[in-house]
Amino acid sequence: MSTFQQSLILARTERLYRRRKLMNRVMTGAMIVAVGFAIVPLFLILFYLLKEGLPGLSIDLFTEDPNRPGRAGGGVHNALVGSGIMVGLALLIGVPVAIGTGVFLSEFGQNRAGAFVRFIIEVMAGIPSITIGLFVYGLVVVNQGHFSALAGALALAIILVPIVARISEEMMLLVPRSLREASYALGAPRWKTVLQIVFPTALPGIITGVMLGLSRIAGEAAPLLFTSLGNQFYSTDVTAPIDSLPTRIFTYATGPYDYWHEQAWAMSFILVGIILIVSLSVRTLFGSRVTVRQ
Amino acid sequence: MSASTIGGQRKPASLKNRLKPGEWAFTGLTAAAAMIMISVIVGVFYVLIDQSWESVRENGFSFVYGSTWDPAKETFGAWPFILGTLITSIFALVFATIIAVLVALFLVEIAPMWISRPVSYLVELLAAIPSVVFGLWGIFVMGPFIRDHFGPVVVALFGWIPFFDGTPQITGLFSGCVILTIMILPTVMAVSRDVIAAVPRSQREGIMALGATRWEMIQIAVLPYARSGVLGASILGLARAVGETLAVTLVIGNSVRIPENVFAPAYTMASVIANQFNEATGIHRAALIEVALLLLLITFAINVVARLLVWRVTGGQRAVVQE
Repeated sequence: MSTFQQSLILARTERLYRRRKLMNRVMTGAMIVAVGFAIVPLFLILFYLLKEGLPGLSIDLFTEDPNRPGRAGGGVHNALVGSGIMVGLALLIGVPVAIGTGVFLSEFGQNRAGAFVRFIIEVMAGIPSITIGLFVYGLVVVNQGHFSALAGALALAIILVPIVARISEEMMLLVPRSLREASYALGAPRWKTVLQIVFPTALPGIITGVMLGLSRIAGEAAPLLFTSLGNQFYSTDVTAPIDSLPTRIFTYATGPYDYWHEQAWAMSFILVGIILIVSLSVRTLFGSRVTVRQ
Repeated sequence: MSASTIGGQRKPASLKNRLKPGEWAFTGLTAAAAMIMISVIVGVFYVLIDQSWESVRENGFSFVYGSTWDPAKETFGAWPFILGTLITSIFALVFATIIAVLVALFLVEIAPMWISRPVSYLVELLAAIPSVVFGLWGIFVMGPFIRDHFGPVVVALFGWIPFFDGTPQITGLFSGCVILTIMILPTVMAVSRDVIAAVPRSQREGIMALGATRWEMIQIAVLPYARSGVLGASILGLARAVGETLAVTLVIGNSVRIPENVFAPAYTMASVIANQFNEATGIHRAALIEVALLLLLITFAINVVARLLVWRVTGGQRAVVQE
């Protein structure tokens, strides 16, 4: 091989090497740009919530009910109370079922029946929330003949249950076997062991799950449109239509009045504030417990 | 119960167990909770079929391919909404997957812990923002931005493609696509990140030892291994995009006609339900519930496929560990 040929080959490898390094840099750059794309929307949303929502906060917003449409002023007191009532009811309905299912899966679920129930939970978690709204509409509203807070709460509970059930099961499976065995060795029956040993040990994790579920359903509007409907007036009657923050944001966002838009931003600010506080505190309080799983 | 019985004492033990009311009540209560879950699923299918039966019987299969939706004339063809859902979801699926996989690669392969922790937390935070707040932001911030800045750029670059020549507006098909991309990004990113992180370290080290650059390592050793998991992740994102309602309803422009270009107003299956249901009566109402039934069947199918794919990846992992 002549020196000329050798230098040719060398030049070619050099070129190839440069191209490989360039490709590496380009793709690293693309990744960093992608991170930008992924994070910028969040900051933009938070920025505008602060910019547009913060000035709209006032005492009236929390204490007054909405005015007649078109008359500026008034507040969203009824929506705040309505959301509170429905989320509370949804927790009352959903949490016992979810925890019961979680216990069933962790205690008796290592078989075909357990696998089937797990599959059902996945399917349930995948149902679009608007479809759940229509289901409850067909089940409750059609039969009762009117919209109600109770129907809204039921729809929210159906969204809540799969989230909490899944986390409950995982948390109870995390409880060390030795704890159960110690309990059995003392002669405790299974139900006592679960109620007095396993459940209290897993409780912080289960509370995390409930909080996560709560922050999810607090912002849901789609299942409420056809179940609790919304209400211009203050109401605490669970058998009557009731207002909620998400549905009121929806109404105000599409409405023609500027003060509606302002109040929609303020309500969004409150809603996102609550959700972020819940998820941040869950993470700081129980974060270590959740990461144990990974 | 079989788990607590010991060898020869089987019969008396189970008898004793059965007689204990605590044990019996405990098992019964938890099983009842699980039964409630099953009955809800059965109930969802039953109620939706029952409530939409009038429309199913009247419209038959033309419901799916008919392109005229006119409640006044009682003509119900849901194809424009199915098309709207298809276009927005697939757009979101493609772009969210590209961005999410690049972010996930950055988080796993490049970023040190003190960057990757907060970044992945921030992206996941995006998932906590309610749909309706996305919609509000979409109308008042993203929409005007698309009309004035982003849209014209898209037209300038891709205007020669037939479907992309239009006048950008605040609300329209394109706004729906963009907002869905943002909304499903966290879902796809989180799952992709976990799948990519699960690629064995030895595989990366092997290819690095052969002198590969970092990108070549990703290309050769990481991506092929994580492929079906990433596919599963993006399909989970697709399921979310298909069912997403209010954000899309607020920004998609709301038109029952098939959109003639990418900026024209349109409807998705979920958004037409959200907008028309409370004014609908009789067969119109049944037709909207049939749209919801279709939506349910689609998301059900998508979820089953995604689960199988993710399951196959974890199955693959176990096989490698055994080797």
